[in-house]
Amino acid sequence: MEKFLSFDDIKKSLENRETDCKAIVNYYLNNIKTKAHLNAFVEVYEESALQQAAQVDSKIASGKAGKLAGMVIGIKDVLVYRDHEVNASSKILDGFVSQFTATAIQRLIEEDAIIIGRLNCDEFGMGSSNENSVHGKVLNAADENRVPGGSSGGSAVAVQANLCTVSLGTDTGGSVRQPAAFTGLIGIKPTYSRVSRWGLIAYASSFDTIGVFSRNVKDNALVMEIMAGPDNFDSTASKKPVPHYSELLHFDKRAKIAYLKETLESPALQQEIKANTLAVLEKLKQEGHEVEEVQFPLLKYVLPTYYILTTAEASSNLSRFDGVKYGYRSPNVHNLESMYKKTRSEGFGEEVKRRIMLGTFVLSASYYDAYFTKAQKVRRLIKEYTENLLSKYDYIVLPTTPSTAFKFGEHSNDPVAMYLEDLFTVQASVSGVPSLSLPNGTDSKGLPIGIQIMANSFKEAELYAFGNYLMDLNSN
Amino acid sequence: MLSAEIKDKYELVVGLEVHAQLLTQSKMYTSDSTEYGNLPNTHISVITLGHPGTLPKVNRKAVEFAIKMGIACNSTITRNNIFARKNYFYPDLPKGYQITQDKDPICVGGEVPVTLPDGSKKSIALTRIHMEEDAGKSMHLAGEVDTLVDFNRAGVPLIEIVSEPDIRSSEEAYAYLVEIKKLVRYLDICDGNMEEGSLRCDANISVRLHGAPEYGKKVEVKNMNSFRNVARAIEHEFERQIALVEQGIEIISETRTFDATTGSTSGMRTKEDLNDYRYFPEPDLSPVIVSEEWLESVRAAMPSLPRELHHKFVHEFGLPEYDAGVLTDSKEIALYFETLCGLTSNYKAASNWMMGPVKSYLNELTLHISDFPISATALASLIALIDDGKVNFSVASQKIYPVMLENPDKSPLQIAQELNLIQESDEGSIKPLVESVLADNPAKVAEYKSGKKGLMGMFMGQVMKKSQGKADPKVATKLLTELLEN
Repeated sequence: MEKFLSFDDIKKSLENRETDCKAIVNYYLNNIKTKAHLNAFVEVYEESALQQAAQVDSKIASGKAGKLAGMVIGIKDVLVYRDHEVNASSKILDGFVSQFTATAIQRLIEEDAIIIGRLNCDEFGMGSSNENSVHGKVLNAADENRVPGGSSGGSAVAVQANLCTVSLGTDTGGSVRQPAAFTGLIGIKPTYSRVSRWGLIAYASSFDTIGVFSRNVKDNALVMEIMAGPDNFDSTASKKPVPHYSELLHFDKRAKIAYLKETLESPALQQEIKANTLAVLEKLKQEGHEVEEVQFPLLKYVLPTYYILTTAEASSNLSRFDGVKYGYRSPNVHNLESMYKKTRSEGFGEEVKRRIMLGTFVLSASYYDAYFTKAQKVRRLIKEYTENLLSKYDYIVLPTTPSTAFKFGEHSNDPVAMYLEDLFTVQASVSGVPSLSLPNGTDSKGLPIGIQIMANSFKEAELYAFGNYLMDLNSN
Repeated sequence: MLSAEIKDKYELVVGLEVHAQLLTQSKMYTSDSTEYGNLPNTHISVITLGHPGTLPKVNRKAVEFAIKMGIACNSTITRNNIFARKNYFYPDLPKGYQITQDKDPICVGGEVPVTLPDGSKKSIALTRIHMEEDAGKSMHLAGEVDTLVDFNRAGVPLIEIVSEPDIRSSEEAYAYLVEIKKLVRYLDICDGNMEEGSLRCDANISVRLHGAPEYGKKVEVKNMNSFRNVARAIEHEFERQIALVEQGIEIISETRTFDATTGSTSGMRTKEDLNDYRYFPEPDLSPVIVSEEWLESVRAAMPSLPRELHHKFVHEFGLPEYDAGVLTDSKEIALYFETLCGLTSNYKAASNWMMGPVKSYLNELTLHISDFPISATALASLIALIDDGKVNFSVASQKIYPVMLENPDKSPLQIAQELNLIQESDEGSIKPLVESVLADNPAKVAEYKSGKKGLMGMFMGQVMKKSQGKADPKVATKLLTELLEN
């Protein structure tokens, strides 16, 4: 029988002395073993998780437990955890052990969360299907012939299959929201700079965020409010105070809601997803909210802008993996140049190499202005347009993905078709605004459909409250 | 060698890029120590090593140091400082890029006034000063097949001071570097040691016919580890480039390295082969905003600059340009002198003491002014002792000063009294000595009276001898004149 499906369940069981943290960890460890074929976990921290469980149990006994006592969390293989290996699903980081812990994880541990293991993902967060991983593909528990989405595919499946209470992913262009949609979960990409990036292995620094997968809004909000906030190790982290999102979930206002004409008219959009999205909008109207169609003529520029800027940053961020200091070094080298070339050719996967080359190209002197500078300008336009819409409307509602989970190999030979998976998620990433993906029914194959809500920067509290309301509305 | 006639047809055009290692305690983007000379790889954190997941953080002290240099050079200080990445692969560059500044350097424009050996003055315009981080050091040890890398230096803060192509001779280049070194040392932001690499200089050199509207193609010369070698490299390049132009050979834009043993340069690589550094804004650092308050607090804490002290010494203290130049060469000497001048009003005497006995003592023992045993207060009372007529300069410098050096706690007056050196200025007691000298030399007195006034010195010498050097020369002269003119 499935247990511990929400943190409230766990807390109740702990309060009633029906269980302890050790038993909770063992329950998940057992699930992980049973579902090992899903390949969600890259490494299970059985020993350190049980140690943590014992510590938290004694804290509970002495009444000194933190807010997350009893919560068991899996972390994406791009978040560093002191004395634990981390690979970013890449051969190039083979055997690399981090000497420090990401701020986000450190804050969760300080509130007594238990870290149970690291989760499979696309290499360096680059991908939309979790097929680009040195650790192999992850299976979607809803249909094991299909991808879980990416890049945080392992993080999604870990919660989907109840292998941990919640999980951390990272979202640069949709890497939390898209897999959340494919697996029927709640996934958030917070405002850029809301959560410190210290300890997040960079893909594209000005887009990268740490997000959360959960089965319910409250757990998601609780984890986010603990991770978020200023950090001395990240000068780009916002210094704005963090509201207690999990205590602000009550929603009783009449909201102004916009939906984007171009997204619903997109030829790439699966009909059932369109129908479910329209149904939600209709329900909201019936509930008395103001729902309006607005235009977003910049939609067609969003993906090119995103790919130019993220690959540019990635080409530089990934330069440090050169075989000199740590990680993989090709054994067949005879001089410095061959060490660089062979190490990087053998250490990086195809998609990562494609993006490094694309990024190097758009930053090169002869093309810089035509691509990078122009993309920066377009980014500003998209951001201004989006923020302007979000100053007139409380929320923008749109599908999370154009389609439901696709089959393995379906887009493997067509990178552009794969990039189209991000069509609806990159707007929030390019603009920096927060965005929440919620389950919104299933298609005729029984595959989960996601619906996405965007709010203005630092409006996570409003986003969670509305998300919670929408979940209730959908279940009625 | 080129004939002077050919050389005179051409104009030398030089711009210098000077890297100054900043004297901050910690590195540009981490708190690792910047201490020099430690065991390899002992000042390295995960940030210095560019471990995955790390982020840089700007050292505000380094920003302040850069602002100080900008204020000293009259540059415009940039308020919104954006950092940039310069991408290239090298084993001593842990992240695969250097965090520097590209389009928005902390200091824009400005100038460095220099004085040339012939006393003429010129101002060298600056293009910019920007902040960046140093790289580590690759080491090739004897017997080792592999190259080893020491990352202690990686991330040490640097400022790069870029001049306009305003320099027209090797003397100007030398004078400019002397001035830059003087400035960074006065500001206490860099120790200015070119031999140890805390000050490094690359030169962009070109030649053109006098009056030509365009600059010639420039050659960048590296690896000059002293000011003299910069001057030598410039001289060499000037001749080499003229010779090529004269032969009708086109100069190629390239990087050349200077060889100190031969005094010549040789090509390293052509600019065309160079990396495309793919500069772009550093997304891991939020812009550093220099607020009005911050700028004002840095301005308020600025020490005196050499040109300010020079001006003060000439215009307030009435010293010759030469004295002011010598005294402001080193910050510590200048500050000692300034203190001294707060304690005496005989500025010229103070200057003479500094440039004479004080400097020769320091030079003899190769000491620094901070090791000089005599306090400014004691030196001022020695000057006062002379001014009050208690001792004369030769007694002070030859008898009292050496004792003061050995016994810095004793006052000059105390020493003079102990050694019985206080000058006799009482006419009553000097007069018998004068009379006895004149009585002993009747022939000389007659010669004097017949017009041989030069004998006065001889009489004075005799009086001083009889008084064992203690007679006040002014009183003695007065008495001698009175008695001889009667």
